[in-house]
Amino acid sequence: MAPTLARNMPRTLTPDLALWMLRMILTIRMFEEKMLEFLNAGVIKGGSHLYIGQEAVATGVCAALRNDDYITSTHRGHGHGLAKGGDPKALMAEILGKATGVCRGRGGSLHLADLDTGNLGANGIVGGSLGIAAGAALSAKMRNSGQIVACFFGDGAVNTGIFHEAMNMTKVWELPVLFVCENNLYGMSVSVNRATGLTDLADRADGYRMRKAIVDGQDVFAVLEAARHYGEIARSGGGPTFIECKTYRFGGHSRSDARKYRTREEERQWRERDPITVCARRGIEEGWFDTATVEQIRSEVAAIIEEAAGFALSSPEPDPHELTDDLYAA
Amino acid sequence: MGSSRELTIQDALNEALRMEMRRDERVFCMGEDIAIYGGAYGVTKGLLQEFGEERVRDTAISEAAIIGAGIGAAMTGMRPVVELMYVDFAGIAMDQIYNQAAKIRYMFGGKAKVPLVIRTQGGTGKQIAAQHSNSLEAWFLHTPGLKTVMPSTPYDAKGLLISAIRDDNPVMFIEHKAIYNEKGPCPEGDYTVPIGKAAIRRPGKDATIVSYSRMALRSMAAADTLAGEGISCEVIDLRTVSPWDTHVVIESVARTHRAVIVEEGTRTGGVGAEISARIMELAFDELDAPVERVAGVDTVIPASATLEAAAIPNVESIVAAVRRTLL
Ligand SMILES: Cc1ncc(C[n+]2csc(CCOP(=O)(O)OP(=O)(O)O)c2C)c(N)n1
Ligand SMILES: [Mg+2]
Repeated sequence: MAPTLARNMPRTLTPDLALWMLRMILTIRMFEEKMLEFLNAGVIKGGSHLYIGQEAVATGVCAALRNDDYITSTHRGHGHGLAKGGDPKALMAEILGKATGVCRGRGGSLHLADLDTGNLGANGIVGGSLGIAAGAALSAKMRNSGQIVACFFGDGAVNTGIFHEAMNMTKVWELPVLFVCENNLYGMSVSVNRATGLTDLADRADGYRMRKAIVDGQDVFAVLEAARHYGEIARSGGGPTFIECKTYRFGGHSRSDARKYRTREEERQWRERDPITVCARRGIEEGWFDTATVEQIRSEVAAIIEEAAGFALSSPEPDPHELTDDLYAA
Repeated sequence: MGSSRELTIQDALNEALRMEMRRDERVFCMGEDIAIYGGAYGVTKGLLQEFGEERVRDTAISEAAIIGAGIGAAMTGMRPVVELMYVDFAGIAMDQIYNQAAKIRYMFGGKAKVPLVIRTQGGTGKQIAAQHSNSLEAWFLHTPGLKTVMPSTPYDAKGLLISAIRDDNPVMFIEHKAIYNEKGPCPEGDYTVPIGKAAIRRPGKDATIVSYSRMALRSMAAADTLAGEGISCEVIDLRTVSPWDTHVVIESVARTHRAVIVEEGTRTGGVGAEISARIMELAFDELDAPVERVAGVDTVIPASATLEAAAIPNVESIVAAVRRTLL
């Protein structure tokens, strides 16, 4: 079965939902491992900001969203796009710059967007999508649509100017936004404590009198619970929440990163809290699924990723005659 | 009344906003001091009273978020008109303008649209100096994915603003702070002026003057002066700086064989540089004289009224340039 994506999630934590999340975490992981393989083989040069280690954040948040809710994403956006319901084939083809890509090869990894699934786009500019998230939420509010916006960004973005402007605007107008801060401890090489005076980035919310929460970003169930709770508040007119997810990227910032700014010991400790393990262990303990099911999902997902890779690799290059198409809407 | 009615540019813009907001509930305005205050230059006055604070939104001083939010709203079904109080403030919102608004449709494979109008004003004339007097349209001309509109008459101001609001692309709508009170004919009803189409303000046969915004008015005055000397100038008001009307310009130059381009922005890398290069590419054989550029001096706009006036083209400098092409 193809990964059924964030479609009308059951409102309670059912075994089905737990399985969906496990499947999604594995999908993102294996998708990114395929990207790594492509990078190492020289198939792609860009698109190397991988989401490995952080899968529970996108998965838990998107599992709490409706189909027609919006997300905005970042330079590390493959996981967000998948979790919001993107087709692995079209996303992978996009990262390979193919004509069949979700953005027809124009956006690539840094600008993965998928309007059909409510993904308003990854962004090459750190902080670049925070204003867009505020605007999408303003639009939802003005249209009375009941939609909310999950705005993903890293710890690095909290020090950009537009972060402050967007947080402030969203709070003043009580817009339905979840500000999902993926604090993976580093913005490229600069650790959070060298870039801010804060220990918990959620404290940034205090300056705007915005609601805040801190969540274990390795635990998809914790993320889900927070996103649901604060998502429903947003949906019912209660305004935005800043949700800080403590997480870790297992690999380097991008392919060229020698990771001199952190220790192998720190990496080892975080790897013990792999979101796959955390999710699988809880599901098995609760009796939602068993080890055999986990293995079965793993092989199903592996097949889907292989199929996506085959599709992406065999897809045609975009036609240079179309180089300037779609600069303007007619 | 009817067709003989006259309005100021300010009132014509205000009417366009009202008409579009009445016609289409997706249209809304936001920006600094646009609601209670009515806009720094009064263009949005009275909108709050008619449409309420949901659709006429005062914002904090957050230019990047104002434009960013305009983009997000535009991508999700609204048709925002955001006001950037001074075009000079584009600097702090430039990422949202050129990296986000202008590129989103293309980057996303043509699947998104950004029907956003960024209303702003620029130019000199109020002695507010270096950070409040610039003409930055060349930046936007240099940005694929944007349209840039700069009206010089009440008729065009209304018709172009209506077009901009109905356009599915991000449009920089740059008013000129010194001509808001210029009066001219402006019909009451619904009409549009197409983006990308120049107007021949005055037909002529000896030389073509290409201009836009406030400098189009000065170009008309220069043409009057020259007419007194028996020199017949064709004056083209581009109205849209991007995409500018190559066809009308080239066709005119092919008749007059002389071209003078007049702009308030600084000369180097300016709009005139681009137009002049295009004329060279497309109509070199038609030219009987080098293309003349009359432009802002390559300097920072100074505060002193005397210096400010010296920094931009005036009627005499336009007249002199036309004469040079006829030597
Ligand atoms: C405005 C801007 N500045 C710098 C960069 C270069 N850059 C890309 S990602 C990155 C680090 C971002 O850190 P964070 O927000 O924590 O996200 P993470 O990479 O950890 O997911 C930097 C400095 C950029 N893309 N945009
Ligand atoms: Mg980070």
